[in-house]
Amino acid sequence: MNPTGFFRRFGWPVLLVILAALPIVGIVGEGFLSHVLILVLLNAAMAQAWNIIGGYGGQVSFGHSVFFGIGAYGAAYAVCVSETTPWPGVLIGALLAALVAILVSYPCFKLKGHYFAIATFAIVEIFNRLFMIWDWVGGAVGLDYTILEDGWKNFTWSVDKRGYYYGILIIFALVFSLVRWISRSRAGYYLRAIREGQETAESLGVNSTGMKLAAMALSAFLAALCGAFYAQYNFRVDPPMVMSLDMSMKFVLVTILGGIGTFRGPLLGAIVLVPLQEYSRAYLSRLGSGVDLIIFGLIIVLMMEFQPGGIMGIIQHYSDSKKRTSRRRGVTEASS
Amino acid sequence: MSAILSVRNVSMQFGALMANKDVSFDVEPGTVVGLIGPNGAGKTTLFNCVAGFYKPSAGSILFHGEDITGMPSYRVARKGLARTFQVVRPLKEMTVLENIMVGAYMSHGDTKRALAFAEECMRTCFLEEWRDKPSGDMTIGNKKRLEIARALATGPKMLLLDEAVAGLTSTEVKEMVDVIKRLKATGLTILMVEHIMEAIMPIADKIVVLAHGEKIAEGIPGDVVRNNEVITAYLGKKYAEGMAKGHGSRS
Ligand SMILES: Nc1ncnc2c1ncn2[C@@H]1O[C@H](COP(=O)(O)OP(=O)(O)OP(=O)(O)O)[C@@H](O)[C@H]1O
Ligand SMILES: [Mg+2]
Repeated sequence: MNPTGFFRRFGWPVLLVILAALPIVGIVGEGFLSHVLILVLLNAAMAQAWNIIGGYGGQVSFGHSVFFGIGAYGAAYAVCVSETTPWPGVLIGALLAALVAILVSYPCFKLKGHYFAIATFAIVEIFNRLFMIWDWVGGAVGLDYTILEDGWKNFTWSVDKRGYYYGILIIFALVFSLVRWISRSRAGYYLRAIREGQETAESLGVNSTGMKLAAMALSAFLAALCGAFYAQYNFRVDPPMVMSLDMSMKFVLVTILGGIGTFRGPLLGAIVLVPLQEYSRAYLSRLGSGVDLIIFGLIIVLMMEFQPGGIMGIIQHYSDSKKRTSRRRGVTEASS
Repeated sequence: MSAILSVRNVSMQFGALMANKDVSFDVEPGTVVGLIGPNGAGKTTLFNCVAGFYKPSAGSILFHGEDITGMPSYRVARKGLARTFQVVRPLKEMTVLENIMVGAYMSHGDTKRALAFAEECMRTCFLEEWRDKPSGDMTIGNKKRLEIARALATGPKMLLLDEAVAGLTSTEVKEMVDVIKRLKATGLTILMVEHIMEAIMPIADKIVVLAHGEKIAEGIPGDVVRNNEVITAYLGKKYAEGMAKGHGSRS
């Protein structure tokens, strides 16, 4: 059964139930596989958050590491500087990320197409430098966690990864459910209309600037939640780790690989890219750092060349041609 | 009778070029008004001013007595003034029905009712068989009817059609004229741009003629085609003089 058939038959909630059951049946616990699964869910959630504005709304942003970073710093600041639990920092960070997204995007949205993308590049650079010299958040050294008590209160687990797994599963479920709901509602139609023709959308009563700002704010809020998780998971945060073009590219590449502007694309992209990255990093690291990025780059180039629709495009193509052959078969049967 | 749309002394300047010069006319509710003129006369420009795509350099536009000059286009649309584009602009990656849904969400907040209304507009414009096809794949005739279906789905009080007929085959023209007649029968007010006179004469209650950005004539279709200035604008001075002489010698 191909993945499309699987999804269609069992649906999205069943997938969530299966994912929730993995630790119970012992697949998630300690060890490398658990780590990889957590990163798959994290990257899928990040890509799906990006997909709201970048895929559905067609505004390709290379600035999402800024929002991710603000979320990460929110949690880390609460733990390392304020010495509380991460939770207030998570909320404040996510809200700040949404606010920054609105302030920064508003002038950028006046730019069209590639110019928008280029402007978002510059913003990553600005925030990276800003956090590098900003002592209040640790400057270039960043913020390091001290040893905390395990559990949900601190959102920290030192050996057993099940807590993190459930944590990211909740974020993943939240992001995907939101996008699923949006894509079928007025906002989803409006975003796609803006992508396909902003003036046309406006002629149909769509306030495109307002719509894009709202989508960007939500996208940034969700990206910041992922960032907060990332800081908690790594016990530290510094500017190059979260606010970098590398990190921004992850949002973009996972989505493009899976299928930009589709619901399942971000998950499929993460399923393919994350294990590849983690295993190549683990096994090819003696070839020097960056091998994983070379492989990424190659896949993306090949993808753009042969199937710009990503993995979803391939699945679509496959199911279309199957439909066509069965139709053709139907015709011959009828005529014979 | 008070006008639903008043164009008052509208001028639009692009650099040194005056695309519209002091144009004024009214559209009465429930009528079909044709805006005609040779290529480059400034019809589309005037349309863009009315629909909020351009802010006129001078003059004002009143809709239901309210000044909408320079209002952003999405707000003009929400006031009940819907437009189509001369160069068709399907939302390519979306299906025909999805295109119409975007419009329908303006008139119907909830998805179920928007869908029902979108389907109705789709049928009005003879697009049923394309329902789930990507809109980018259709012929030009279908795309032009999609433009109308989409605008119609916003539930407008008045429709602005920019060359809905131009560039179509004769069957497509007939289908399109049928659609416009249907709309007229529902009492919708329509302002339509057309530079093919034959297409507009049978439908319009009134014709406004533009040439070189200026209004050169306004009246019922039968009078306008006999207007010398109009004939000159369309066919050149010599032809008009010849026509006048021909008429003179016969009478
Ligand atoms: N955005 C613009 N910038 C500069 N000049 C423009 C612009 N839009 C239109 N024009 C010019 O204004 C004049 C009127 O153009 P417009 O498109 O309004 O004519 P039209 O009557 O619609 O012609 P057609 O019958 O070919 O559609 C033309 O000379 C055109 O080149
Ligand atoms: Mg025109």
